[in-house]
Amino acid sequence: MRIRRRGLLGTAAAATALGGWPGAGQAQAAPIRIGVLTDMSGPYRDLTGPSSLAGARQAAEEFAAATGMAVEVIAGDHQNKPDVGVNIARQWFDRDGVDMIADLPNSAVALAVAQVAREKNKAVVGSGVGSTAFTGAQCSPNSVQFTYDTYMLAKGTGDALVKQGADSWYFVTADYAFGHALQADTARFVEAAGGKVLGAARYPFPATTDFSSFLLGAQAARPKVIGFANAGADLVNCIKQAREFGLARQGVKFACLLMTVVDTLSLGLPEAQGLLMTESFYWDLNPRTRAFAERVRGRLQGRIVNASCAGNYGGTLHYLKAVQSLGVARARASGLEVVERMKAMPCDDDAFGAGTIRQDGRKLTPGYLFQVKTPAESTGPFDLHKVIATTPADQAARPLAEGGCPFVKI
Amino acid sequence: MADTTTTITAAAIPDPAQESHGVWGFTRAQLAALGLLIAFLAVAPFLLYPVFLMKLLCFALFACAFNLLIGYVGLLSFGHAAYFGMGGYLAGHAAKAWGLTPEISILLGAVTAGLLGAVAGSLAIRRQGIYFAMITLALAQMVYFFCVQAPFTGGEDGIQAIPRGKLFGAIPLDQDMAMYWVVAAIFLGGFLLVHRIIHSPYGQVLKSIRENEPRATSLGYRTDDYKLMAFILSATLAGVAGATKSIVFGIATLTDVHWSMSGEVVLMTLVGGLGTVFGPVVGAAVIVTMQNYLAEMGAWVTVIQGVIFVLCVLAFRRGLVGEIGNALKVKL
Amino acid sequence: MDDLFGIPAPLLFGQLLLGLINGAFYAMLSLGLAVIFGLLNIVNMAHGAQFMMGAFAAWMLLNWLGIGYWAALLLAPIIVGITGIILEKAFISRLYKLDHLYGLLLTFGLALIIEGVFRNEFGSSGLPYRIPAELSGAWDLGFMFMPVYRGWVVIAALILCLATWLIIEKTRLGAYLRAATENAALVQAFGVNVPRMVTLTYGFGVALAAVGGVLAAPIYSVNPQMGSNLIIVVFAVVVIGGMGSILGSILTGFALGIVEGLTKVFWPEASATVIFVIMAIVLLARPAGLFGRA
Repeated sequence: MRIRRRGLLGTAAAATALGGWPGAGQAQAAPIRIGVLTDMSGPYRDLTGPSSLAGARQAAEEFAAATGMAVEVIAGDHQNKPDVGVNIARQWFDRDGVDMIADLPNSAVALAVAQVAREKNKAVVGSGVGSTAFTGAQCSPNSVQFTYDTYMLAKGTGDALVKQGADSWYFVTADYAFGHALQADTARFVEAAGGKVLGAARYPFPATTDFSSFLLGAQAARPKVIGFANAGADLVNCIKQAREFGLARQGVKFACLLMTVVDTLSLGLPEAQGLLMTESFYWDLNPRTRAFAERVRGRLQGRIVNASCAGNYGGTLHYLKAVQSLGVARARASGLEVVERMKAMPCDDDAFGAGTIRQDGRKLTPGYLFQVKTPAESTGPFDLHKVIATTPADQAARPLAEGGCPFVKI
Repeated sequence: MADTTTTITAAAIPDPAQESHGVWGFTRAQLAALGLLIAFLAVAPFLLYPVFLMKLLCFALFACAFNLLIGYVGLLSFGHAAYFGMGGYLAGHAAKAWGLTPEISILLGAVTAGLLGAVAGSLAIRRQGIYFAMITLALAQMVYFFCVQAPFTGGEDGIQAIPRGKLFGAIPLDQDMAMYWVVAAIFLGGFLLVHRIIHSPYGQVLKSIRENEPRATSLGYRTDDYKLMAFILSATLAGVAGATKSIVFGIATLTDVHWSMSGEVVLMTLVGGLGTVFGPVVGAAVIVTMQNYLAEMGAWVTVIQGVIFVLCVLAFRRGLVGEIGNALKVKL
Repeated sequence: MDDLFGIPAPLLFGQLLLGLINGAFYAMLSLGLAVIFGLLNIVNMAHGAQFMMGAFAAWMLLNWLGIGYWAALLLAPIIVGITGIILEKAFISRLYKLDHLYGLLLTFGLALIIEGVFRNEFGSSGLPYRIPAELSGAWDLGFMFMPVYRGWVVIAALILCLATWLIIEKTRLGAYLRAATENAALVQAFGVNVPRMVTLTYGFGVALAAVGGVLAAPIYSVNPQMGSNLIIVVFAVVVIGGMGSILGSILTGFALGIVEGLTKVFWPEASATVIFVIMAIVLLARPAGLFGRA
C-alpha cells in the first residue's frame, strides 16, 4: 500500500514542479517519463549510477528547453537483483507512467527488464548494457543498445593491436561465461588479423584476489601482449600485480578487454600508464565532446564525464527526438513504434556525433583504442587517455547475420 | 564465558506446555492469525500488485524453511541461499531447456536442493553453534562458485525468459492472477508443512535437541539423524521457494545463490521473530517491501539493512511477531 | 633437476613462495579471529570489513594528511582498533550473556553498515595506493622474479604472528587472557579488570585485521568489497585449524596458502575450492579441527 501511495505522491509532486499537468485524465498532456534504472549501491555504482542519471537528465533538460516538450527523469536502484529490477520496471510501467527505461548496467537485470518492456510495449535504451545477447539471441524489438558491447571491445583492441605489430597474445581470463566470451572474441580477431594466441590462464572467478601465479604463467609464455579478459576489481588487481612483478618492464603490452576511464582513475596514472583499452567515448575526443563535457560537468559532483554519462545522454536525446517526430500521444501508446522510429532516424549528438541504429537495436558507433597517458603527458586530473586507433562504426559492431536475433531480416 | 551450550531462545515467551493445542497443533491465537493470513492471501491480489505479492510469498516460504532450522533446532545456517538459488536454477533449466511443466520443474528444483542439503548438512552438523554457521557459509560459497562457472546457469546473464508454462500441462499460468493462486497454494502448503513438522513427535525431539542436546542423546535419540533430517527438510523447502520464484519471474540468476541472499533470509527471520510461527512471513514482508521502497532512495540499501540487523539483535531479539505475541501474552 | 612432478622446478618454487604470501594474509586474519573468539566467544563477521578499513585508513592518511606507508602501518591499525573498541563498548558488550549466534548476527550487521558507508563515501571502483619507494623493485632469485614488497609481506606477517603468539603464551598479560578464557569470574575475583581486557582484546584483534589491510593496500585493489570474499575463505581456514589454538591458526593459515598455491600449478580451476574441500575432509576426519579441542 505504501508503495502505491508513494508512487502517486511522487508523480503528483513532480508534475506540480513542472507546472504543466492539469489532471490524470488528460493523457496527451502528461510528460514523457524516463526511468533511469541503474546501480546506485553496488559494484557498478561508480561506472553508472549517478553518472548515468546525470547524462539522462542533461538530455531531457536540453531537449525540453529546445522544444518545450514536458520530460521527466526519475531514477531507481536495481541493487543488481533482477527481481528487484523487474519489480521496479513493472511498477514504473503500470503505475508511474514511465515510457522508457534507460541504462541497465548488469546484464541479468537488463535482459529481464527488456522482457518486461516488450510485454508492456514500452521502450528500453540500454546504455549501460554490454552483453551481446542483448541484441543477439535474446534481442527485443523494443530495445536499443546504445553505448557499447563486448564485441566492440574485443574487436577494437584485438584487431587494432595486431595491426600495430603486437601479434602474439596470452590471455588472463576470468573463468566464467563473460571472461570466456571476451577471450574467444578477441582471440578470433587476433588470429584473423594474422596474430597468434600463445595460451590462456583461467583463474577461478570470483574467488581470486592474488593473480601472481597466473601472471607468472603468462610471463613464461613470452607474449607481446597480455590480454586481460576480466573487469572491475579483478582487472585493477591484475594490473597492480603485473606491475609489481615487473612484467611491463620487459616490454609486454597490457590490453584490457573491458576497462573504462573510471578504472584508470582507480589505478592512478603511475600504475595505469600505457594500458590499452577500447571505449566508444572519451570526453576529450573532439570539440563536440568537450562542449558536452563542459555542459554536463556541473551535474557530476567531481566525477569524470564517462561513457555511461555520454551513452545515457545520447540515448535519451535520440529517444526524445523519435518521440517528438512520432507525436507524444502515439509514442506513449507504443514503445515499439518509438524504437522503430529511432532506428529509422539518424542519430546525432555531441557525445557520439552522427550515427545510426541497426534493426537489431545496436547503435553503430566507432570504437576508439585508447592508451593511458604517462603522468608526464597528463596535464590535469581528468587528462588520462589518448586515441591510438579507431575502428569505424560499421566494423565495430558484430555482423547482423552472426547475432542470431530472431526478428532480424537479412 | 566459556560456557557454549546456551541456545538461541525462541522468541515467544509463554511456555508451550501450558497451552492447549487445538487443530494441527495451532493454539487459538495462532488459529486466529492463520485465519487472518488466509484472508489476506485471498484478498491481497485485488488490492496489491500480484507480482510483488508472489515475490513476497516466495521469500516468506524461504524464511519459514530457514526458521525451521534456527527457530526449532537452534542451528544457524548462513548458507541457505545455496538451496534457494540451486532450486531456482534447476527449475528454470527444467522449464526452459527441457520444456517440463511448472509443477515438475519446481519438484526437480526442490529435490536438487534437498540432495544438496543432505551433502552439506551431513558435514555441517558435525559442529555446533558458530562453527555450524561458518561451515554452511563456506559450503554455500562453493555452490556459488559452481554456479558462476557451470554453463547451464548462464553466468552473469543468468537463465532468462523461463516460461511459466501450463500447470499439469493444462492450466496456463501466463496471467498473473492464475500464477498467484498457485504460488499462494505452494506457500500455504509449505507453511502448514513446517508447522506440522514442528508439532509432530519428531518436532518435539528437535526442540529437545535445541534445549539440551546431551540430554536428548542420553535419552537414546540419535540427535545427528534428527538434525540432518531437519536440515534436508529445510533445504528442500528453500528449494521449493527458489524454484517457484524463478518460475514466477522467469529468471534465475546469481543473486539468489550469493551469500548476501543468505544474509537476507537471516534478516527476514530475525525481524519477524526467530522461532515464531508467523514471524518469518511478517519479516519477509517487511524486508521485501523495504527493498522496493529503497529502490527510489538510492545508495543506502546495505547500510539500512545493517542497521536493522544491529537494532534487532540489540533491542528486538523477539522480532516483530515475538513482540506482538509478548504484548498480547499469546504465542504467535 | 629441472622438473618436479612434470612441472618446471622454477615455476613450482615460485608458486610455493606465492602461496606463502597468500598464507600470510590467511594467517593474520584467522589469528585475529582466533584471538577475538578465544576471549569473547564471538565470530567477528566484521573482520573482513575491518581489514578493508585498514586499507582505507592507509589511503586516507596518505591523501588527506600526507602520512606515508610506514607511519600508516602503525597509525591505521591504531585508528581501526579504536573504532573496534568503540563498537565493542557500544554494541558487542551487550551480548555476552546471550547465545554466541547473536554476536555473529550483530557483527554481520556491522559489516554491512561499514561496507555500505565506505561505498557511499568512496565509491565502488577502488582507490590507488602505491608501493612505498623503499620496497619497490624486485629480487632476481634465479628461479623467479620476486618483488621486494611480497617478501616484506611474508616477513611482516611472520613477525606479527609470532609476536602475538609470544604475548599470549609467554607473558603475564597473556596468562591473564588465557585464564579469563577458561574462567572469567575467577580472574575477575583476582582483581583483573576482565571487561576492559575483553574490550582491548577485541581492539587488538581488529587492529590485526587492519594491519593486514594496510599490507594489502599496495597490491590489491583498495575497494569496499575487498574483505568480504576473503573472509569467507578465512572462515574455512578457521574451521580447518580449529579456533582453540593461536599457533594452530597461524600454522593452518600459512599451510593452506601453500596448498592453494600448489593447486594453482597442478589444477588451477580447483584453486578456488581447494580450501573448502579440505574443510570438508577435515570435518569428516577430525570434526574439531586440526588443532581444536573437541
